[in-house]
Amino acid sequence: MMKRNSLAFWGAAVLFLAVVLLATQLVSNEYWFFAGYVILQFIVLSVAWSILGGYAGYVNFGTSAFFGVGVYTAVLLFKAFDAPLLVQIAAAAAVGALLGFAVGLLTLRMQGIFFSIATIALTIVIETTVTNWRFLGGAAGIQIQRPPVTAPFPSYVQMLVFVQASLVVISVAIARYIQNSWIGRGLQALRDDELAAECTGVPTLRLKMVACVISGALMCAAGAPAAMYLQYADPASAFNLNYSVSVLAMALIGGTAHWIGPVIGAILLGITQQLLAVTISSEVNVLVLGVMLVLFVVGAPEGIIGLFRKGRRAEGKA
Amino acid sequence: MDLLLEAVVTGVLLGCFYAAVSIGLSVSFGLLDVPHVAHPAFLVLASYAVYFLNDGYDIDPLLAGLLITPLLFVFGLAAYRLYYETFERRGSDAAVRGIAFFFGVAFIIEVLIILHFGVDQRSVTASYIGKSWRFGDMRIPLRLMVAFAVATGLTVLLATYLSRTFMGRAIRAVAQDEEAVRLMGANPVRIKQWAFGIATAVLGVAGALLIIVAPVDPTLDRAYIGRTFCVVVMAGLGSMTGTLIAAIILGVAETIVLTMFGASWAPAISFALLLGVLAVRPQGLLGRR
Repeated sequence: MMKRNSLAFWGAAVLFLAVVLLATQLVSNEYWFFAGYVILQFIVLSVAWSILGGYAGYVNFGTSAFFGVGVYTAVLLFKAFDAPLLVQIAAAAAVGALLGFAVGLLTLRMQGIFFSIATIALTIVIETTVTNWRFLGGAAGIQIQRPPVTAPFPSYVQMLVFVQASLVVISVAIARYIQNSWIGRGLQALRDDELAAECTGVPTLRLKMVACVISGALMCAAGAPAAMYLQYADPASAFNLNYSVSVLAMALIGGTAHWIGPVIGAILLGITQQLLAVTISSEVNVLVLGVMLVLFVVGAPEGIIGLFRKGRRAEGKA
Repeated sequence: MDLLLEAVVTGVLLGCFYAAVSIGLSVSFGLLDVPHVAHPAFLVLASYAVYFLNDGYDIDPLLAGLLITPLLFVFGLAAYRLYYETFERRGSDAAVRGIAFFFGVAFIIEVLIILHFGVDQRSVTASYIGKSWRFGDMRIPLRLMVAFAVATGLTVLLATYLSRTFMGRAIRAVAQDEEAVRLMGANPVRIKQWAFGIATAVLGVAGALLIIVAPVDPTLDRAYIGRTFCVVVMAGLGSMTGTLIAAIILGVAETIVLTMFGASWAPAISFALLLGVLAVRPQGLLGRR
């Protein structure tokens, strides 16, 4: 049973990548890639967020810190050594893991809102440091010249879409692995009752650290290609709190009990946001995000997957 | 040296102002354990209401702040009721979803302000804004003096209310042991609702001070998340005296860094202080634990 599940999952993953690759060859309208890139990026971020925020119940508001550090790691490597894209992403993941480790050490002993506030604080402190770092352009931001695109892809953005799609597969695979392994069970145990988990021998702090490191590495990796995508980076937008709240909203709206939740949430909200940004305005965009977050948190605490499960349970009874 | 002295004096005045904007959070988060991340958003909203009254009807900002106070009180009662019914009563991971809820509310308020007033900075006019007093070489803006006086008054008033009146003591009793209050035959939810109303009501005057001290813009609440939570956590949750002391420490730290390193480091100070306090002394200066 488990085997067949895995086979289906990897089949779907390969199929997904193949479709994206095919699309980069066949679809010529670049808008689809610009929009698709953003949605894929949010899928990676919200899946990564829910590893700590969903499974362990530690509400991380530092998504924008990790994302921004990813962006600026890429900028730094590109500016200093002309590093290729894959090196940028790998380095960002490494830096993200380190940052996750540091954040974990500093904050994971706190619970509930203290952890959340500490992660916001960290975001602002890092943002201010980058703002005051001349080499990275300071508050004014920095322009980036894209290198020529490599072989099979017609344009750089299409290549970035494929890279981000690969990151989606990697992050979902990791989240799925964690969910089904002892790490996920341990995290769920400490989410339900940290004291009880600790008493029954679950190494809570170590598990939280693992979750924080993996989640941080994935978020940073997701941020790394953004510099090349925008051809520009500035601290105010790279570290924007909107990333934190969007990602949190996507994960909670989708539901955090299963890895598919954040994926659904990110696709749904991502598409809505793209539509609203094109048709109305970015303010209304944020308004819709806020209203949906509040509605779901109040009305459907288990998110969309919770609604489905409830529906199925009701059917079973009838 | 003179520069440093001026920084310290300005810092103390600024600190008292920070106490006024944080004191509501000291009640709602410090005493009631509500993860009220939207507190600064409520504050900025109050500032815009003051701006609206001042700009449209030429009402003095402080008077305008008093005028909206009852409105805010009712708003606070309703907000707590909603929070209680949807989160506290259901228990379990109330805190986690509570934070997300208040963050959503903060974003909604931000956007509504942007949609109605636009993204530009807004300021109020009054006779005491724009003038300054001279003490020797020092120049103290009069608006900061007004803020200092009103803020100190407000803080002392609320501290007295909590320690001297029956209802104030009831609020502190709920904070200490909710179950015991229930056993005494009182309804802790109604006391908490009342307290949350008061915590929101003081935002009227605090919001007026915010827009008197400096112009406001719709996203100003993000900077004040750091300042208010820094003050409340550093104070030791729920301590009113602590709030005043912590706010003054923050104010002095901010003005000193501002004079020594420049304004670009300013946003990080409160957050860095907050991180430091959480890491070293999570129970705060005058903590309960």
